[in-house]
Amino acid sequence: MARSQTGQGGARRVLGPFNRVEGDLEVRLTVEDGHVRRAEVNAPLFRGFEPMLEGRAPEDALTLVPRICGICSVSQSMAAARAIAAAAGQGPTPQGALVAALIHAVENAADHLFHFNLFFMADFARPAYADRAWARAVEARFLPQRGEAVRAAVAARAQLMHVLGMLAGRWPHTLAVQPGGVTRAPGLRERLRILAELTAFRRHLESALFGAPPEAFVALETVPDLLAWEGGDAGLFLRIAADLDLAHLGPGGGRYLSFGGYALADRTIFAPGLWEGGVPAPVDPGAITEDLSHAWMRGATAHPFAGMTLPDPEMAAPGYSWCKAPRLAGRPVEVGALARQVIDGHPLARDLARDGGVLARVAGRLLELARLIGVMEDLARAITPEAAFMTPVTPPEDGTGAGLVEAARGSLGHWLRIERGHIAGYQIIAPTTWNFSPRDACGVPGPLEAALEGIALADADGTDTGTPLAVQHVVRSFDPCMVCTVH
Amino acid sequence: MNILWLQASGCGGCTMSLLCAEAPGLFDLLAGAGLEILWHPALSLESGAEVTDLLEALATGARPLDILCVEGAVARGPAGTGRFQMLSGTGASLMDWVRRLAPRARHVVAVGSCAAFGGVTSAGGNPSDAAGLQMEGTHPGGILPPAFRAQGGLPVVNVAGCPVHPGWVVETLLALAEGALGPEGLDSVARPRFYADHLVHHGCPKNEFYEYKASAMELSQIGCMMEHLGCIGTQAAGDCNIRPWNGEGSCTRAGYPCIGCTEPEFEEPRHPFTRTPKVGGIPVGLPSDMPKAWFMALASLSKAATPERVARNAVSDRVRMPPAPRGRRR
Repeated sequence: MARSQTGQGGARRVLGPFNRVEGDLEVRLTVEDGHVRRAEVNAPLFRGFEPMLEGRAPEDALTLVPRICGICSVSQSMAAARAIAAAAGQGPTPQGALVAALIHAVENAADHLFHFNLFFMADFARPAYADRAWARAVEARFLPQRGEAVRAAVAARAQLMHVLGMLAGRWPHTLAVQPGGVTRAPGLRERLRILAELTAFRRHLESALFGAPPEAFVALETVPDLLAWEGGDAGLFLRIAADLDLAHLGPGGGRYLSFGGYALADRTIFAPGLWEGGVPAPVDPGAITEDLSHAWMRGATAHPFAGMTLPDPEMAAPGYSWCKAPRLAGRPVEVGALARQVIDGHPLARDLARDGGVLARVAGRLLELARLIGVMEDLARAITPEAAFMTPVTPPEDGTGAGLVEAARGSLGHWLRIERGHIAGYQIIAPTTWNFSPRDACGVPGPLEAALEGIALADADGTDTGTPLAVQHVVRSFDPCMVCTVH
Repeated sequence: MNILWLQASGCGGCTMSLLCAEAPGLFDLLAGAGLEILWHPALSLESGAEVTDLLEALATGARPLDILCVEGAVARGPAGTGRFQMLSGTGASLMDWVRRLAPRARHVVAVGSCAAFGGVTSAGGNPSDAAGLQMEGTHPGGILPPAFRAQGGLPVVNVAGCPVHPGWVVETLLALAEGALGPEGLDSVARPRFYADHLVHHGCPKNEFYEYKASAMELSQIGCMMEHLGCIGTQAAGDCNIRPWNGEGSCTRAGYPCIGCTEPEFEEPRHPFTRTPKVGGIPVGLPSDMPKAWFMALASLSKAATPERVARNAVSDRVRMPPAPRGRRR
C-alpha cells in the first residue's frame, strides 16, 4: 500500500511491502514536483541477536549467528569463526582456511546467481515496459516461477549446493565452519565430485548467463565494451540498461569498502581496502562507529567493541528504523560486489564506479560471479586430501576479537568480547546495515537514501503506480538482505 | 489450491532451503499438485499496493485462502504490540496480519522451528517476545490459542526444522493438496509424522562408532559425537540421515553434531551446543526410550569390545585403519 499524505515540505509516501529483498523494507519518500526529494529507509524487523548471544559460551555463536540470515548464513558463520579465532590468537590450518573459503565462495556465487535471476530482473517484466523491444524476452526469461532463466537458475543453484552438502552437511545453517578450520576432511572422491559439480555450474554460466566463457566477461575493461556484450541473459540486461540509462540511475557516493574476500593462509583472494574519489587507501577498522541518532535504539555512538543493542520500545522520533547507522571515519560507505571488485583493482569495476549506479552494481555482481567460478575451481583443485583441515581452537577466558569478512552483499563484521569464559558483548554490522543505513547525527543519509534522491515517480509509460519502478530498481540493485540489516 | 506465504520474524532460510528441492524442482512439484502461489515475498513479482490489496481480500474472505504458510516466529513485542515487526506499508504488525489471515485459511502451515515453536528468534532473553504460531516452546498456545483449528479442521501443521528439509515442506503441501494429511498424520507437537517418526540417528554413518561408544573427542574427528560433542541425534526427530540434504549431506555426515533443530526449545539446550553435559562422567540425555541401566551396561560392554580399527578411527579426521576383509586379516 502506498499510503500518501501531504505535509510540510512536500507530499509523503510510504512504500511497502517490498519483496525480493530477503526480508521486508519500508521506504518513506518526501516528494516534490514528481520527484523524490528525501528518502527514509526503514528496516522494520528487530529480533535482537546481539543481546541473545550475551552470557553464552563463545562457541555457541557458531550455532546461532548463521540463523541471522538464511541467504548469507555461511558468511555469518565465517565472521563468527574469525572473531573467535582472533580472540584466541589462533586461526585455521591452511587447508582448513582453503575449504572454508570454498564453502563461502559457493554461497556467495549462489547468492549472486539468485539475485540477478530471481530478485532483480523480474521488475523489467512489469506492464510499464510492455512496449519496449526487450519486453517479451524478459517475460519469457524472468517472470517469477515460470521464466526459463528463473527455473534454470534454481536448478543450477540446487546442484551447486551439492558442494555444500558434501563439505558443510547442508545449506543453510552449518556448523562445519570452525575457528580452527572445517569439521569434514574432504578426500580424493570429494575433491573430484566437487570439481564435477563446479563444471556443471560453469556450463550453466556459459549457456544461460553469459553466452560465452565467463573469462571473456572478466576480460572486459571498459563500460562501452561492457555495453557491447550481447551474450546470454547478461546481454539482455545490458540492452535494457542502455535503453533505460541505468548507468545514471541511483548513483553511489563513490566511497567503497571491502574487508577483503576469501582469506587463505597467506592472502585474501580479493584485496581489502577503501576506495574514495578514485584513490585507494587501507581500511582502519578502528575508525568504524555506529550512530544511533535516527535508529530506534538507545545509547551513544560507539565503536562496535563498545557498542550495545538496546531497542527503544517507544520507537521515538527522530528514529525511523531499527537499523543503526554505521560510519567509517564518520562517513557512510557503500559495500558489495562492485565495491570489492573496485578495490581489487578490476579495470571494468573501476570504470563502472565513475557513475556507480544501478548498472554498476548489477554489472559488478555479474563480473564477480564470472570471476568466482574460476576462484572456486582453483580452490577445489588445491584441496590436499592428506592435509589437516582443522586444529582445535579454545576461546580464551577473557579477550576480544573481530571477524571481518565479505558476504555476497558486502562487508560483514562481528565484534566479540569474552569475559570469564562467556560472551559479554557481541556486535554485528552487516552489509545492508552499511548500505541501507538511516541518517546520522549530522543528518547525512545512508547510501540507499542518497541514491534515491531525485528519482522520478512516474514509470516509463508515464503512470504512477505508487511504488515507482525506478525506486525498485535502485533498491534491488544493492542486493539488500533485510534480515541481516538489523539482525 | 492456492498458497499465501508470509515471512515473519525469521531468517528466510527455510525458503532458501526449499528452493534446493530437486528432481523435480520446487516449481514443478507445486504445479504438478495444482498448487499455486498467490504471493511469496521472495518468489513473486508484486510489491506495494498489489500485495496489500491481495492481503486485504484474503483477510476479509473476499478471496478464498487455501494454505497459509508462515515462515519465522511472530514478534509480540514491544509490550504486546507486535511492532518489532511491522508489515511495511500497511501500518499493521505481522502479528495482526497472521491473526486476521489464519482463521480464514483452510490450512495453516508453520514452516520451520521459528514459526512452529519460536525457535532461534526466541533464544536467550527473547528480545522481541517472539512465539510460534500455536506453540511457545513446548507449551501449547502461541499467537494463536491451543484450540485454534484452521477451516479444514487441523491445528497449525508444524513443519519444524532449522532450516526445514525441502522435502518436508513439499510433501506436507502435497499431502494437504491431496487431502491426505489428517490429525493422525501429526505427532504430539503437530509435526508431520512422515518425517518426525524417524530419528536423526537412523542412517547416521557414524552408527558403527555409536555401537561401540567409540567417541570423537574433538570436532573433525569421525567418531560418534554423542558422548562428548553434544550430538542428540538419538533423540531428535528427523529423517536427515535417511534422505540426505543437498545431494549427500547431513549434519553428522559433515562431522558436527545434531543439535535437534526440529525440537521445541532446541535453541536453549542449557549447555554449549557442541559439548555434552555430564554427571559423574556419564552423559545426560541418553536415547529417549532406552532404560538407563541397560544403556550403561551395554555401553561398558561395547566399549570393552571395541575393535582397534574403530577406536583409532574414532579420534581421527578420516579412516586411518581400513577394515580388513575376511581371510586377509594379518
